[in-house]
Amino acid sequence: MSELTKLTIAGARDGLAKGDFTSVELTEAHLKSMDAGQTLNAFITQTPEKALTAAAKSDERRASGDNARLMEGIPVAVKDLFCTKDTLTTAASHILDGFTPRYESTVSQNLWDQGAVMLGKTNLDEFAMGSSNETSYHGNVINPWRRNGDDTAIVPGGSSGGSASAVAAHMAMAATGTDTGGSIRQPASFAGIVGMKPTYGRCSRWGVVAFASSLDQAGPMTRSVQDAAIMLEAMAGFDAKDSTSVDMAVPRFEQALSGDIRGLKIGIPQEYRIDGLNAEIAALWDQGIVWLKEAGAEIVDISLPHTKYALPAYYIIAPAEASSNLARYDGVRYGLRVEGDGLDDMYARTRAKGFGAEVKRRLLIGTYVLSAGYYDAYYLKAQKVRTRIADDFKQAFGKIDCILTPTAPSAAFGAGEKSGDPLEMYLNDVFTVPASLAGLPGISVPAGMSETGLPLGLQLLGKPFDEETIIRTAGVLEQAANMTIQPTEWWRS
Amino acid sequence: MSLDKTTVAKVANLARIRIEEKDLDSLANELNNILGWVEQLGEVDTDGVAPMTSVADMQLRWREDKVSDGGYGEDIVANAPTSEDGFFAVPKVIE
Repeated sequence: MSELTKLTIAGARDGLAKGDFTSVELTEAHLKSMDAGQTLNAFITQTPEKALTAAAKSDERRASGDNARLMEGIPVAVKDLFCTKDTLTTAASHILDGFTPRYESTVSQNLWDQGAVMLGKTNLDEFAMGSSNETSYHGNVINPWRRNGDDTAIVPGGSSGGSASAVAAHMAMAATGTDTGGSIRQPASFAGIVGMKPTYGRCSRWGVVAFASSLDQAGPMTRSVQDAAIMLEAMAGFDAKDSTSVDMAVPRFEQALSGDIRGLKIGIPQEYRIDGLNAEIAALWDQGIVWLKEAGAEIVDISLPHTKYALPAYYIIAPAEASSNLARYDGVRYGLRVEGDGLDDMYARTRAKGFGAEVKRRLLIGTYVLSAGYYDAYYLKAQKVRTRIADDFKQAFGKIDCILTPTAPSAAFGAGEKSGDPLEMYLNDVFTVPASLAGLPGISVPAGMSETGLPLGLQLLGKPFDEETIIRTAGVLEQAANMTIQPTEWWRS
Repeated sequence: MSLDKTTVAKVANLARIRIEEKDLDSLANELNNILGWVEQLGEVDTDGVAPMTSVADMQLRWREDKVSDGGYGEDIVANAPTSEDGFFAVPKVIE
């Protein structure tokens, strides 16, 4: 690893400002790291030429005194769910073969407007449906972390697994992710990085391949809380092209990092102590409570009574929305087409060949729960339960400022260890899904290591549009945990 | 509620996904596992609870009903597997 790839965004920003190195040098260092990390399969498309051109432009801007951009000269990776103009965008699906958008997603455009440099497009679970990055048409992503003394390939979590791996392996300074039920926070926990899902409505969904529109949110994946704050500010903002984009000022998130959480009330939801909770996860959670208490926060036990119904409600709502959103992949407008006996047969053959097993499973569930006669029993019921879950949070936030929980119920697991049973895989999101259903902001911070040597994360959840409080608290957690351990670079050999 | 082979075939047709006859049984099994698990939502008392329609506490914006953007015909068909004269081309539907 070169010195330049060790830097955080904040560190690189200082070095670039002082003239210690250029964006071209910084970008070249990351392109080299990306090349050396092919084994991890974190990228679907690499864009070295575009990266170097953008970096050179950044250096020119800086030389001319134009240097006020938030991400000026910072090389980042983009989850391959964001449409990028003239660069292949696949959603990790066969059905989008060759799709090269003629437009740029708002979030990625915001990053380029703030001076960021694109290194490439990262791998993910197909259409962001998965928790281990084992459903990608472009192959599994491998986590840079391994268990102690064990060569088993470990999953990076999902669906933003490529982004998590790329950032953890220092192939990119940061990456965009999207989170529908935990797809930023769970892989961040599995890969030992910071991942933040802002409040629903904070980042525009325009140009992001849709999975479940009432849940999808973009967010940053970085190696520090400060970097997440910087990058979120660059990504966020009102966009008239997304009807759910919220028209409110974007705070200077970085300034929230005061380090002072004295008197802050932190809620501990008793329902998250699920039966059979992994002992080391429970211990990590307790440690987190101690850290926040020591920093002067007040710990408050809270109850979120409908927690256990969040996952089943999610697995009705998300597939229902997906079955509607993914109707557009019909072999007519983009990507794969398989000819058949007439139009209907062409649709059915195209979708049979183009979608993988997990996507088909969810589309069938979604179609079924929306079909005549079942809509009330399943979809309407789930939307009512969703109201209950959101009300739980609303009530709790009457007396607390933020909530501390584990991010995931376990450390990262080995490839193939859970892919045989969809339900077991779904349980990975047990701690992340409730806040998704309520549209709340959440952040995962690396906070400890498993006995086997894999990173573990803690999650903070905040009130709507109060990302600042969880950023501030996350900064305190990060400092207390002081995680300096890095994965050994076995993939370079 | 349990799905049988016929229902799975019907749902697959609604979803326009071709499923081979030999795969229907195992798929029915998988879907039934998931549907069995979500049945627990029945335990939640939702009498008088309104279904969530918007997660954010907001009203959809209105705008003036006039053309504000456009002229991308060429871009729109650029990724189509086949197109003709700025139109998407599909197999013949009307004899």
